[in-house]
Amino acid sequence: MHFLLFTFTSHMRVTLSHPERQVEIPGPKRVKDLLRDLNLVVEAHLVIRGDDLVTEDELLKDEDQVEIRPVISGG
Amino acid sequence: MNCKKCKIKAVIGLPRHNAAFCKACFNEFVLEQVTRAIKGERMFGRDDRILVAVSGGKDSLALWDILLKLGYKADALYVDLGIPGYSTKSREKVQQFADSVARTHEAKLLIHKVEEEEGAGIRELADLIHRPTCSTCGTIKRYQFNRAAVEQHYDVMATGHNLDDEASRLLGNVLHWQEEYLDKQGPSLPASVEGFAKKVKPLYRLSEREVAAYSVLNRIDYIVDECPMAKGSKMLLYKEVLNRLETESPGTKQAFYCGFLEKQARALQQGSGQAQPAPPSMAEKDRATLHPCATCSQPTTAEICSYCKMMARAKAGSTR
Ligand code: SF4
Ligand SMILES: [Zn+2]
Ligand SMILES: [Zn+2]
Repeated sequence: MHFLLFTFTSHMRVTLSHPERQVEIPGPKRVKDLLRDLNLVVEAHLVIRGDDLVTEDELLKDEDQVEIRPVISGG
Repeated sequence: MNCKKCKIKAVIGLPRHNAAFCKACFNEFVLEQVTRAIKGERMFGRDDRILVAVSGGKDSLALWDILLKLGYKADALYVDLGIPGYSTKSREKVQQFADSVARTHEAKLLIHKVEEEEGAGIRELADLIHRPTCSTCGTIKRYQFNRAAVEQHYDVMATGHNLDDEASRLLGNVLHWQEEYLDKQGPSLPASVEGFAKKVKPLYRLSEREVAAYSVLNRIDYIVDECPMAKGSKMLLYKEVLNRLETESPGTKQAFYCGFLEKQARALQQGSGQAQPAPPSMAEKDRATLHPCATCSQPTTAEICSYCKMMARAKAGSTR
């Protein structure tokens, strides 16, 4: 029971921009599926786990800190 | 996904090149693409002094970093627009990069403060002259970058425009059939007349995502938030549309922009081989229509240049 509660509260934390916010998403999940679920286009984003860039086929886990960074600017 | 070259774990996939790279091989790829742009478009040589227009964003800082790594002599100019919050933050990023990276290459940072030189921040100026902030900003930046380049004897001015910037601008110009702007869409614009600096875009072969990845991988600390005035710009919409297409069929942006450049080059060549006179080149057109501004002597098509006109209106507005 406690164990279950623990896994429930430790989903991966995903930071998004515009506006900046954090969401918790259950893993494991591939980068490309994460982007698709959030309706984000690969070509306009980078996915950063901890300090490192990851490719679309990478498997993200519950304990991961993930940032989805938009790369497009308006100038 | 593994690196196409050395087979270790990749950090980025590049569908349009049918490749994936590790950090070292990706950096090599980026430097190669920029070198190809510089040499292929005859942008500048080893001895030229380059002035990079920096904003604190990923593109311009990455460009400064790449040029220094490639061994070019590149200083930078930052224009402080005086937009509360954004300008302070972006200036800090530029200063940080100048102190930590550029200094080790003996490159220097020049700063132009709009509040000091033009007498008010960009938004107040725009209000005074009843023009949109971004067009006021465009006039000031164009003018000040050109002036700094010419007065301080730089051979060429470089901006961080990437493939997405160029492809989206081309899309906008084509959608509205603004043919007169198409001439000026090349990655290397010559200094057509005295008083005009040569302008180049060494990142035009790299997508916006590739430039951002380069900045992240090389720990270049840039401002992720945009200038607040950019919200809702048409360019963002064009970029979004192109990125949808790109995701469905990789290589679309490159085919669109580079295809345009090839056609343009071919048209110029054909024009010169035929009995009909070739259409005048941009440099020729410029030479025919430009002369020194009566107030500041920078080149202009009118009696007084748009910058001087703007400043005169701002002065009249503020004393009213
Ligand atoms: S968004 Fe507008 S005001 Fe902001 S930097 Fe770009 S042109 Fe200038
Ligand atoms: Zn490699
Ligand atoms: Zn003038």
